Amino acid sequence: MNILICIKQVPDMESKFKVNAQGNWYDRADLAWRMNEYDEYAVEQAVRLKEQVGEADLTVLCVGPDQVKETMKKALAMGCDRGVHIADNDSCMREPFAIATMIADFARDKQFDIIFTGMQSQDRGSAQVGVMIAELLNISAVTTIVEFAYDNGTISVKRELEGGSKALVTVTAPVVLTCQLGLNTPRYPTLPNIMKAKKKEMLTIAAATDEQGRQETAAFYFPQRKGGGLVLEGDPPELADKLIQLLKEKTGALA
Amino acid sequence: MKTLLVAEFREGKLRVEYSQLIAFAQELGAESAMFLVGSPDELPRFDGTLYLADVNSYGEYNPAVHKQLLLDVIAKEQPETIVFHHSSYGWDLAPRIAIALKAAQISEVVAIEDGKPVVPVCNAKLRRTITSRTPQTVLTLQAGAFGMDEEPSGTPSVVQIDTDTTGTVLCSGYEAAKTEGVDLSKTEVIVSAGRGLGKPENIAMVHALAKVLRGEYGASRPVVDAGWVEHNRQIGTTGNTVTPRLYIACGISGAIQHLAGMKKSDFIVAINTDKDAPIGEVADVFVVADVKQFLPVLTEKLQNL
Ligand SMILES: Cc1cc2nc3c(=O)[nH]c(=O)nc-3n(C[C@H](O)[C@H](O)[C@H](O)COP(=O)(O)OP(=O)(O)OC[C@H]3O[C@@H](n4cnc5c(N)ncnc54)[C@H](O)[C@@H]3O)c2cc1C
Ligand SMILES: Nc1ncnc2c1ncn2[C@@H]1O[C@H](COP(=O)(O)O)[C@@H](O)[C@H]1O
Repeated sequence: MNILICIKQVPDMESKFKVNAQGNWYDRADLAWRMNEYDEYAVEQAVRLKEQVGEADLTVLCVGPDQVKETMKKALAMGCDRGVHIADNDSCMREPFAIATMIADFARDKQFDIIFTGMQSQDRGSAQVGVMIAELLNISAVTTIVEFAYDNGTISVKRELEGGSKALVTVTAPVVLTCQLGLNTPRYPTLPNIMKAKKKEMLTIAAATDEQGRQETAAFYFPQRKGGGLVLEGDPPELADKLIQLLKEKTGALA
Repeated sequence: MKTLLVAEFREGKLRVEYSQLIAFAQELGAESAMFLVGSPDELPRFDGTLYLADVNSYGEYNPAVHKQLLLDVIAKEQPETIVFHHSSYGWDLAPRIAIALKAAQISEVVAIEDGKPVVPVCNAKLRRTITSRTPQTVLTLQAGAFGMDEEPSGTPSVVQIDTDTTGTVLCSGYEAAKTEGVDLSKTEVIVSAGRGLGKPENIAMVHALAKVLRGEYGASRPVVDAGWVEHNRQIGTTGNTVTPRLYIACGISGAIQHLAGMKKSDFIVAINTDKDAPIGEVADVFVVADVKQFLPVLTEKLQNL
């Protein structure tokens, strides 16, 4: 089996963000970077599938600047066989369609049976790239999977729906599957596997980027706080006293 | 301007959220038609053309087929915008339509400012306003972002639609959500644990606070996914929707899917180390503190009241 896993490098969401000088994205300086949470589930599922079927080849792909290779190494340490880095310093500015086009162009003649992506990226959060890859390759896609099983060519997944119910869906390869939180429990790479990952192949290819944008950012800003909220700061005992006072005044909870 | 609103039918029922699509079209001042793979027995209340395909023939989840039905309608109606919910149906189908139309897709629209859609970035910490450069634009709307003051009314003029496209996936049924056990919908005080608690042992701090407040404990999704708290206590779009008198969010960032489940609570307290956490948008009181230090102190003081 030939499997592709698309991962994105994103900032830690607890970072202190600043708007960049152009006013069209966040400033990338001084941020801690990690693998998009949804993509960790994608990597884990691919590795588990390989463990199940034995014969499988896992390519992890990321579009981005040089620094994304750090995040790709984690995927290799989790069990992917090789990395393909599409080098693109401007990837953060590109719309989902442009990213999907690059990935589809890479994947087109490689006969991947399954392409795993996250259901969305934590920063851009468009939930588009996975499905667009499938449409550009003219193959099936099933989104938001929370369970995956493979048996003799048949792929059975559960799609999560609003309210927590699930749809049972079967599909055959080739297919793009977009992974939702809770699909599995992603492993922590072990030290020996981190060492082994350093020797795995990492191919860098240049991004072909003549794509005319279909959309552009007009403004980028912090939302205004909806007024009324009180912010309390201080040491814990003092904060607790203030909070208790407020709960007494404003709620019936302590009555 | 002309819009096509894509309503949804799931688990045998028309999703009443279609009124949000109508509210959005009204805000744009757009003329609208509606698309639904549903049932003639359950029509949306809407004054306009409803393109209706029979769900018994085409299924509730059958992307290739729904895509073709929708593309046929788009070819006929020529709408400038095609509007979906940002939902399991919408985020699955919208990119397929955007690719087919070579149209820009703008996901999870929360507002319209100067005629342009606004979307959240970085877990709703930031906002982005977007200009579409294509003649047609595909939008998905964040759940609850657009609403009508009154119930929708009207009777659609139904145009039956068909296709002979066949599907590539098979949806064979549904598995119900696990809901047995505690009923958080009637609880007056809920103390919820988020990933900020750090490790499963710390959940006891949330239990203890819930107990002195004679309430129940709940959790955000990652805490449930990790198995620290049972699923029937998850708060949010894929868990419970709650409206207690007091909701205390401990180490919860306030992602939209969590907020959707608790923002109607009467009084909301957030305890978080990150002052910019989006939970601040709905919190009545935001306590900037480490939950692991703050919760034991608060619980003890409450015990001694
Ligand atoms: C389709 C879909 C459906 C979803 N459904 C749900 C749902 O039903 N319910 C749900 O909750 N989520 C749901 N999610 C996930 C949601 O998007 C978020 O990922 C999730 O809510 C984040 O949970 P969290 O706030 O606990 O964790 P995080 O986002 O990781 O936030 C942790 C917070 O804790 C703070 N923190 C860290 N350490 C401390 C400390 N020591 N003291 C105090 N604060 C600290 C951080 O500043 C941060 O704000 C869904 C997502 C999708 C895509
Ligand atoms: N720059 C990228 N490189 C590789 N994969 C990506 C990239 N951006 C997005 N993806 C994949 O597409 C998914 C959805 O992203 P998005 O459409 O941005 O929400 C992510 O979870 C990744 O799997």
